[in-house]
Amino acid sequence: MVPQEAHIDEPRATLSMHPKKFALWLFIVSIIMLFAALTSAYIVKQADGNWLTFQLPRTFILSTIIIALSSGTMHLVYLAAKKDELKRVNIMLAATVVLGLMFLASQYWSWRELVANNVYFVSNYVSGSFIYIFTGLHGLHIVSGIIFLLITLGSALRLKVHAKNLALIEMCMTYWHFLGGLWLYLYLFLMFNS
Amino acid sequence: MASTVLDEHVDHITEDHAHEHNESFITKYIFSQDHKTIAKQFLITGIFWALIGGFMSLVFRMQLGFPDTQLEWLRPLLGKWLTTEGKLDPEFYLALVTMHGTIMVFFVLTAGLSGTFSNFLIPLQIGARDMASGFMNMLSYWFFFTSSVIMFFSLFIETGPASGGWVIYPPLSALPQAMSGSGLGMTLWLISMALFIVSTLLGGINYITTIINMRTRGMSFAKMPLTIWSFFLTAIIGLLSFPVLLAAALLLIFDRSFGTSFFLSDIYIAGEALPNIGGSPILFQHLFWFLGHPEVYIVLLPALGITSEVISTNSRKPIFGYKAMILSMVGITVLSFVVWAHHMFVSGMNPFLGSVFMLLTLIIAVPSAVKVFNYLTTLWKGNIIFTPAMLFSIGLVSFFISGGLTGLFVGNSAIDIQLHDTYFIVAHFHLVMGSAAFFGLMAGVYHWFPKMFGRMMDAKLGYLHFWVSFVGIYMVFFPMHYIGIAGFPRRYYSFTNFDAFSSFTDLNAFVTIAAIATFFAQFVFLFNFFYSMFRGKRAPANPWRSNTLEWTTPRVPKHGNWPGEIPTVYRWPYDYSKPGAKEDFIPQNVPLSETPESNLPAEAAKVAVEKVNEDK
Repeated sequence: MVPQEAHIDEPRATLSMHPKKFALWLFIVSIIMLFAALTSAYIVKQADGNWLTFQLPRTFILSTIIIALSSGTMHLVYLAAKKDELKRVNIMLAATVVLGLMFLASQYWSWRELVANNVYFVSNYVSGSFIYIFTGLHGLHIVSGIIFLLITLGSALRLKVHAKNLALIEMCMTYWHFLGGLWLYLYLFLMFNS
Repeated sequence: MASTVLDEHVDHITEDHAHEHNESFITKYIFSQDHKTIAKQFLITGIFWALIGGFMSLVFRMQLGFPDTQLEWLRPLLGKWLTTEGKLDPEFYLALVTMHGTIMVFFVLTAGLSGTFSNFLIPLQIGARDMASGFMNMLSYWFFFTSSVIMFFSLFIETGPASGGWVIYPPLSALPQAMSGSGLGMTLWLISMALFIVSTLLGGINYITTIINMRTRGMSFAKMPLTIWSFFLTAIIGLLSFPVLLAAALLLIFDRSFGTSFFLSDIYIAGEALPNIGGSPILFQHLFWFLGHPEVYIVLLPALGITSEVISTNSRKPIFGYKAMILSMVGITVLSFVVWAHHMFVSGMNPFLGSVFMLLTLIIAVPSAVKVFNYLTTLWKGNIIFTPAMLFSIGLVSFFISGGLTGLFVGNSAIDIQLHDTYFIVAHFHLVMGSAAFFGLMAGVYHWFPKMFGRMMDAKLGYLHFWVSFVGIYMVFFPMHYIGIAGFPRRYYSFTNFDAFSSFTDLNAFVTIAAIATFFAQFVFLFNFFYSMFRGKRAPANPWRSNTLEWTTPRVPKHGNWPGEIPTVYRWPYDYSKPGAKEDFIPQNVPLSETPESNLPAEAAKVAVEKVNEDK
């Protein structure tokens, strides 16, 4: 042991967190601002008049159930990783990916339902266009989430995810739960503001 | 415990060496992940854009000052954008004004200023080996580079670059048939800006993460240099406001290319009714200015932070009101988000709402005035050393005052109705935001050039550059107030069509001559910059006798910044001319126990208490 030369006014270490996790939270903040801007634009435009009200697609309920389930499987991934049950980690990650894809399919069906109800993206009623923007942009983020899940799955298959290396899983979980929460927000927002 | 710390430290050193051995030309200078190289890349790209943006302003100033002059000699560059009589094409005039604004606000004063100094100074001043993510940092530059290439390319397309003003209000910007610049030029503008936003967000996330998580031992928030505080708050503003611009741009893209009607309603163009109904162009203004106003502070705050550091160092005095400086910057940050509608007083908004925004806008005068008084009181009775950086910082304070005072005028909704979109506004924001931020950038370059390149810039050329720029900028923008009060609108191609303004022809010619002189003074800087990079005097380790951590690195810091251990911080960065001290500065890494002669009673007590604890 090297004797430590102690300064009598030795300063404390500064507060610090996992930099990548912190960066992920900041990224989430920027996504929140993006959707806050769009939903505020929706409210401002709604107050302007010339607003078409219509029934939200019923398939949205299905989408909500699917994404809630996928949040559940994502959480199971985390619990399994904590207990080092690596096989379960892989299965549950794959299940989350499948549920994510099913969510996208369900959103696509809801678009078809909208079209069947004569609500189009390109129309003179901005209320309809906004629904496509919300779901489309959210879907794009879901795609990014699925890519993140696949990256995590890849590193889990190479045995890099385990109880002592949870950072990636935790970040993936944070992002996926956030995307689920974002969908819930958009759904409730549309329900109460249409 | 101590041994583990040391082991980790040894790991770091070996890691650093490994990095250096693997470096090739490409990883060192092009796809570099080192924050210092990325900062220089941002600086050089920013200088390149500043020259283009500045040159554009000269071309349209020629039209305004000397409307009858022959510009035939510009034919090789402008081609068919000159009419057959050798005059500037009116549509291209609009394109020049638009691109001048876009380039200066985003590419020079956002990317060139924040990109350069946040990248360069954050790790060096907080005591970190690099940014939190070097890879993200590299991506940030290359997104900016791609965005630059696209914007540059758009200058040369046949239909011309975007021409609807840097604020790109629809419907003008949304309808390709409205003007030739709203065609491909506008599309490229939107693509370029989308990439720019990605670059800014990547950079901003990195800056915030680095500042919060990677400070060295002892570098508490209350000991951070004001430069770092300003970069931190700037990054927060960017993180919160740029996504909103992205939302606005996204909706505009759908309106332009997919036929939606978010911003379009009841439009007749060339006698033909468009199918779009139901949209609202005012909605775009709300979204745009929710970014647009904070953007002003994204441009200004880093310049103010740099000024704090330079003024304190060269006055040889602690900054006056360190905490007040931080609080006023936090105040400006918060207020910047709730004043956007003062850009829209004439958009037909509810007058009551207008008064609310007026009140909030005028409140910004309070933190701004606090900052100005703190600069002046720091200078007061200091042992001022007039380095070029110091002169530029004092110049910034001058611009900030004279431009800020007119802010009180235009912030009032009643007066703004008269002054809106006149040259008064042009004069106001060019002084308070444009010139002030530009001087902050220059102060930063002169001050940190020795750390960037290990050599000194020539001071005499710096003085020449400063005085011509300072006097020139006032001669350009001060007369514009009069033209504006007389009511002449900005972005108009010609003064001479209106009798009411014919008395201003001389003044306009004067402004143009001053602008040309100011522009050419920048070549003095360019020569100084590039000459000193290779032939300048070798810089001493701490040329300005400054306290912050970057001056404890070697003359030209390598990858990892400090060859040995990262210094620990024991005091705030403004211990200049402390009574009793041997020298007139005490760097941040000097422990209190080593300076018993200058410790204040509270500091001495702290040292004594710790001594007692140690004896037990």
